[in-house]
Amino acid sequence: MTLPLIVYRSLRQHALSTLITAGSIALACGLLMTVWVVKTQAQAAFVSTSTTFDAVLGARGSKLQLVLNGIFHLEASPGNLAASDYELIRKHPAVKTAIPIAVGDNLRGYRIVGTVPQLLTNVEYAPGKNYAVAPGGKVFGEAAREAVVGSFAAERLGLKVGSTFQPFHGLTFDEKALHEEVFTVTGILTPTNTPADKVIWVPIKGVQTMSGHDPKAATDVSAVLIQLRAASAGVMLDLMINKQGNRMTFAYPVGAIMADFFGKISWFDRVLALVAYLVALVAAGSVLASIYNSMSARQRDLAILRALGARRRTIFGAVVAEAACIGALGAAVGFAIYFGLLTLVAGVIRAQTGVVLDVTESHAVLWICPLAMTALCALGGAVPAVKAYRTPVAETLAPVS
Amino acid sequence: MLSVADLTKSFVTPEGGRAEIVRVGRFELAAGEQRALRGESGSGKTTFLNLVAGILAADGGRVEIDGVDMAALPEAKRDRLRADKIGYIFQTFNLLQGYTVLENVLLGMSFGPRGVDRAHAVELLRRVGLEHRLGHFPRQLSTGQQQRVAAARALANRPKLVLADEPTGNLDRASAREALALIREVCRENGAALLLVSHDDGVLAQFEGLQDFAVINAAARRGLGAVPADGKEGGS
Repeated sequence: MTLPLIVYRSLRQHALSTLITAGSIALACGLLMTVWVVKTQAQAAFVSTSTTFDAVLGARGSKLQLVLNGIFHLEASPGNLAASDYELIRKHPAVKTAIPIAVGDNLRGYRIVGTVPQLLTNVEYAPGKNYAVAPGGKVFGEAAREAVVGSFAAERLGLKVGSTFQPFHGLTFDEKALHEEVFTVTGILTPTNTPADKVIWVPIKGVQTMSGHDPKAATDVSAVLIQLRAASAGVMLDLMINKQGNRMTFAYPVGAIMADFFGKISWFDRVLALVAYLVALVAAGSVLASIYNSMSARQRDLAILRALGARRRTIFGAVVAEAACIGALGAAVGFAIYFGLLTLVAGVIRAQTGVVLDVTESHAVLWICPLAMTALCALGGAVPAVKAYRTPVAETLAPVS
Repeated sequence: MLSVADLTKSFVTPEGGRAEIVRVGRFELAAGEQRALRGESGSGKTTFLNLVAGILAADGGRVEIDGVDMAALPEAKRDRLRADKIGYIFQTFNLLQGYTVLENVLLGMSFGPRGVDRAHAVELLRRVGLEHRLGHFPRQLSTGQQQRVAAARALANRPKLVLADEPTGNLDRASAREALALIREVCRENGAALLLVSHDDGVLAQFEGLQDFAVINAAARRGLGAVPADGKEGGS
């Protein structure tokens, strides 16, 4: 009971500094875990979403822009493709599926994407998983002014089967840019935890022929989402469209483009990691400073313990254990901060990208970080522990008589 | 039980010189014996007790407790020997302010050879009349009660040697008599030797074995701080 009692009483005696120090550690731990989990999960979610289609065909421009626009429903379209280009790729023997999309409108910030019903009926958004319309609804008709709304968008916009809406022109919401067409919601998609959840899907004709759009472009598409019959076909199409042609861009392979993108922004990860490490170091330093500064007040107690027979190593161990306890306490509270922050960040990421982070998913950092932080604090505690170790008993207890 | 020979201790003075505080040629205390040392403030009594307890390292000489030379032991072994054999009642109590009455006594036990014996700790506190103050902190007790806690803590390990440094210095006469009687009684029960230092004649009068500290401490006879000529002076 000795060591736990000494540690417990010391923590109680210095409750305020204990709480403040543990708080800073909790913040550091929570931030570290959140940064790591968000980074890892977001990257994994983006990469897994990229597996639905092998390639995106669009106007000449950036491959990344095409992928972000066509698959993640972010970014603007680099331009349009003529209907003949779509037909050309659709009929290409190497292409298994070609889904055209047309963008350019929104409903209160949620993107309206025109496409063909086959996207919602025939395409797997993840291996073995097809889009499904919730009971009571149906997929829009190809030529009708109907819409199927992603689950997240439906929840945020309060749309139900039978609801009607008028689209707004552009990809960002401007209440003055209201189109006159009225669409009726025929179905709500069941949640997919993909960017499709924040999209309002309408027939491609609905976007192409919307009032105010260029009538000359009434058959154009923004991009074509492509599944290939074989990987080798992608190399061939890449050569044909990107290297030999100059009108279109064939973004292939989608996964590699996203991986390249994450590679390019990896410096940001490193900066975040560096900041998190620094926060952790500062937190460990605060443990050191907090205990060290209170050593003068504790020295009498330590000298009394020594006089009662406590060995130097017991005193050293008690101070280190106290620092470790502050670290462990901080790490425990850090979990609460982690869950709070992750929930918040996951909400923002979902709202912005449609990518869903799993707050309950386990990750190695969730045990490595608390353990490392506790060890770091114990290490920080070693400095005041040495001071405690050296406490001169007789001189501290009483002056020479 | 306790045998001291040629024990010396000096300290560095603010001027940079050395002041000798203790020079005891020979001092012995038998098992179960109770002895009081009379000495004025500043005569080196506390330093002597600290040397006997191994809290201070001696400059030279021997402090044998049950045949083991405390002065020759490394610090860790001195700590263990102190925890095993010695109970120390400090003049200023030295209670741990952040710990309850019971915890103060239990902590005293925890470093000893028998380990924590809660029932014994509670019994001791009952005997000193503090059974209703087990969960109190020292600051919530009167001076007399704190002194009784200090006594209970020193006796809790059933030590073979009890050192008491002005153990009743902060008590009124009646409380002092009561506390002293209890310390002596428990020492007798445990067969422990008691070495008490005090300048209070009322306390000292209760001891048959009474000695003037200046008689055994040559440094005190010369006047503290004087450097001895031959380094051999002292007596039992």
